[in-house]
Amino acid sequence: MSTSKKSRSLLLNIRNISIEGYSDEAWHPIIKGVDLQIKRGEVLGLIGESGAGKSTLGLAAMGFVRAGCRFTGGSISFEGKDLTKLSEKEKQKLWGTKFSYVAQSAAAAFNPAHTLLNQTIESSLSHNLETKENLKKNAVKLYREMQLPNPEEIGDRYPHQVSGGQLQRTMTAMAMTSKPDLIIFDEPTTALDVTTQVNVLATIRSIVKEHQTAAIYITHDLAVVVQMADRIQVLRYGETIEVAKTNQMLKSPNQEYTKSLWAVRSIQKKPQKKEDTILKIESIDASYDSGPMVLKNIDINVPTGRTVAIVGESGSGKSTTARSITGLLPPTNGKIIFQGRKLPARLSERSKEDLRRIQMIYQSPDTSMNPRHTVRDIIGRPLKFYHGVVGNRYTEKVIELLKMIELDESFIDRLPEELSGGQKQRICIARALAAEPDLIICDEVTSALDQIVQEGILKLLLRLQKELKISYIFITHDIATVKAIADEVVVMHQGSVVEQGLKKDIFSPPHPDYTKLLLSSVPEMDPKWLTRILTQ
Amino acid sequence: MSKASNQYSAKNEVSNTHVRRTIFQRSLISLSKAPFTAWLGMIIVSSYFFVAIFAPYLAPYGEAQIFKVPYAPWDNVHIFGTDRLGRDILSRLIYGARNTMGIALTTTFLAFLIGVGLGLLSAILRGWVDQILARFVDILMAIPSLIFALMLLSIFGSTALNLILIIAVLDSTRVFRLARAVGMNVVVMEYVEAARLRGEKISWIMGREILPNILPPLVAEFGLRFCYVFLMIASLSFLGVGIQPPTADWGSMVRDTGELIQFAAYDVTAAMTPILPAAAIGILTIGVNFVVDWFLYLTSGLKDEHQ
Repeated sequence: MSTSKKSRSLLLNIRNISIEGYSDEAWHPIIKGVDLQIKRGEVLGLIGESGAGKSTLGLAAMGFVRAGCRFTGGSISFEGKDLTKLSEKEKQKLWGTKFSYVAQSAAAAFNPAHTLLNQTIESSLSHNLETKENLKKNAVKLYREMQLPNPEEIGDRYPHQVSGGQLQRTMTAMAMTSKPDLIIFDEPTTALDVTTQVNVLATIRSIVKEHQTAAIYITHDLAVVVQMADRIQVLRYGETIEVAKTNQMLKSPNQEYTKSLWAVRSIQKKPQKKEDTILKIESIDASYDSGPMVLKNIDINVPTGRTVAIVGESGSGKSTTARSITGLLPPTNGKIIFQGRKLPARLSERSKEDLRRIQMIYQSPDTSMNPRHTVRDIIGRPLKFYHGVVGNRYTEKVIELLKMIELDESFIDRLPEELSGGQKQRICIARALAAEPDLIICDEVTSALDQIVQEGILKLLLRLQKELKISYIFITHDIATVKAIADEVVVMHQGSVVEQGLKKDIFSPPHPDYTKLLLSSVPEMDPKWLTRILTQ
Repeated sequence: MSKASNQYSAKNEVSNTHVRRTIFQRSLISLSKAPFTAWLGMIIVSSYFFVAIFAPYLAPYGEAQIFKVPYAPWDNVHIFGTDRLGRDILSRLIYGARNTMGIALTTTFLAFLIGVGLGLLSAILRGWVDQILARFVDILMAIPSLIFALMLLSIFGSTALNLILIIAVLDSTRVFRLARAVGMNVVVMEYVEAARLRGEKISWIMGREILPNILPPLVAEFGLRFCYVFLMIASLSFLGVGIQPPTADWGSMVRDTGELIQFAAYDVTAAMTPILPAAAIGILTIGVNFVVDWFLYLTSGLKDEHQ
């Protein structure tokens, strides 16, 4: 076959590309002279923290820049043509035939008003690649390859009638219909649960290999990229830090920065022995309005000054448990005992003092801080509200809190949009600390952040716990985070507690079936992990 | 790359800080980019306000001053002539700006106070409060507002206060709808939940958490509402139940001088007389709309598409 010869030839060659973005009345560099080569049939992993320019570079590989951005230098050569010089019309001919793009959120990328099949073949049809019948047949074949259930019929469904994982696979099938030379995957599994992610990764990998399609795989999850990529390119601040074969980069990264990326999953908290209980949840049930029960007979104990991690996939009732504890969703049954006293079920019945003692930090700092309030207002409000701090003391206290979270007074007048993701989450932590609480509920506080930033936040939380003796309930679906921070672990599945105990007991066999599945689905930093888990 | 920059530090994370600009500087930048229509709109609106504020100094004669000759033609003494009682048309046009716009502005403010207050209350509390308020608003909106206002004014009498109150209540239903809809999108945000968990009062949640985030659509709506209120007052005055004589008002001026239009064949300027107050209404409406359009364009984010 000619594929082996073909696979060695260079498909795309990006030389010294520079891209600028427009904001604040001026052009700012986003990509500063990056080279990128990709051969036929090769999978290149593009990693880096958010703001590194991964997505911008990924789109640039198709000759595309987002609105408000422009190319300022360099060349992108594909089949002897420089994409930066082509007209919009010429590029449109290439898009959807030679190039395809798989976006992060399949749910947002599909049109809810059309069936999956029609959307799958839409772009190939508009480029007149083949007849409608052939395209349909081909799509069904791809659905089968993507291991979608009922490949003949699933195409007649609408996007809301299939699960998130299925939708992401359909989107990959859609990208494959035109038999492109290059597919760009932009964080295709980030929005999925670990248990779903495994299947999607496996199907993407096999279909790319089967069709000898080249791919750029963009992600911030190192363990994932290690499974998928032949070669890895590390970006930071719009520049290439390092490019190397996956194995080589894993074994001996050259740059300090790459090493630090690899070292992230190294925090391990030593579990400490139990003391007295600060929060005791006794067999609570809960449901939204009069719908089905979403929490069934939950019992959880939180020891004073310790961390209890609640793990489980989405829909398992983790966040609902948090809402019940805070009183936003009063439980229909059972009691919540806090510091030896039964808490009123409803938020409106709790005293200011009750509210002060339990604080909450949310997953997305973007939506949990008012975009129109400055850092001073955000951190200062609980100080004023609970402790009556005003005047000079107010600013002093705010700065004191900023220092506690390793920021300084230069941040005091910023708005949330002027902070990075990690800084935002730190401000949310400071807001919780300002109330001087005894218990903080952290709902997926690190899952929207880059690895290296996650590490910083986790270290901060651990330090604060040591200094202030705060107890945490840490809700997460990320097992690495649990290992880093928890003393005790609660595994939840479909609204019930599967298992609860000390971290070392939960993470060592024997496991109940569900815990086993959950633990085995967590990607590891071993290129053979996915292959191994699939053969098991 | 130096060793130090490889060390992780929360302070050094990439974030897009903006250049610190005062509201004044930001407005200057926006103004320098404003399109021609926006400038035209701003000039129109500000000159109307200028006329309204300085009416006593600008008007050649008093608002209700009566001269000997009714229906005087356009000349040097009475630039736009006089009406059927012998009052100077130009003076009345100038005072009319003050009366019509003053009442329209007060009414719009009141409508927003009622509409935004209740709309946000509805959005936050939901449940039966929302149901009762929303259904009541539905009932009010089901009746054509001009006819409803006519009816209410004939019941309670056409005083300026009644006029303001009745139109404000009728118009607040539209504002209520908008405030409730945009407020609903903000209420579900986690920062509102965080404020609730903190134990904040409903007034704080309304005023400090939600209101700043829904201001742009409300300001735009304010401009449009002002036009509608203004037109409604003019229509009511034209029908004779709005602003009562001798107070000058453009709507009633159109009615009073309306019959002159039939003399167009003999004296074009006389026929123009009723057109003047009508044009005053029309031009202001267009001017306000130009400004509102530009403001919506600035705040909607649509502009990114065209860069």
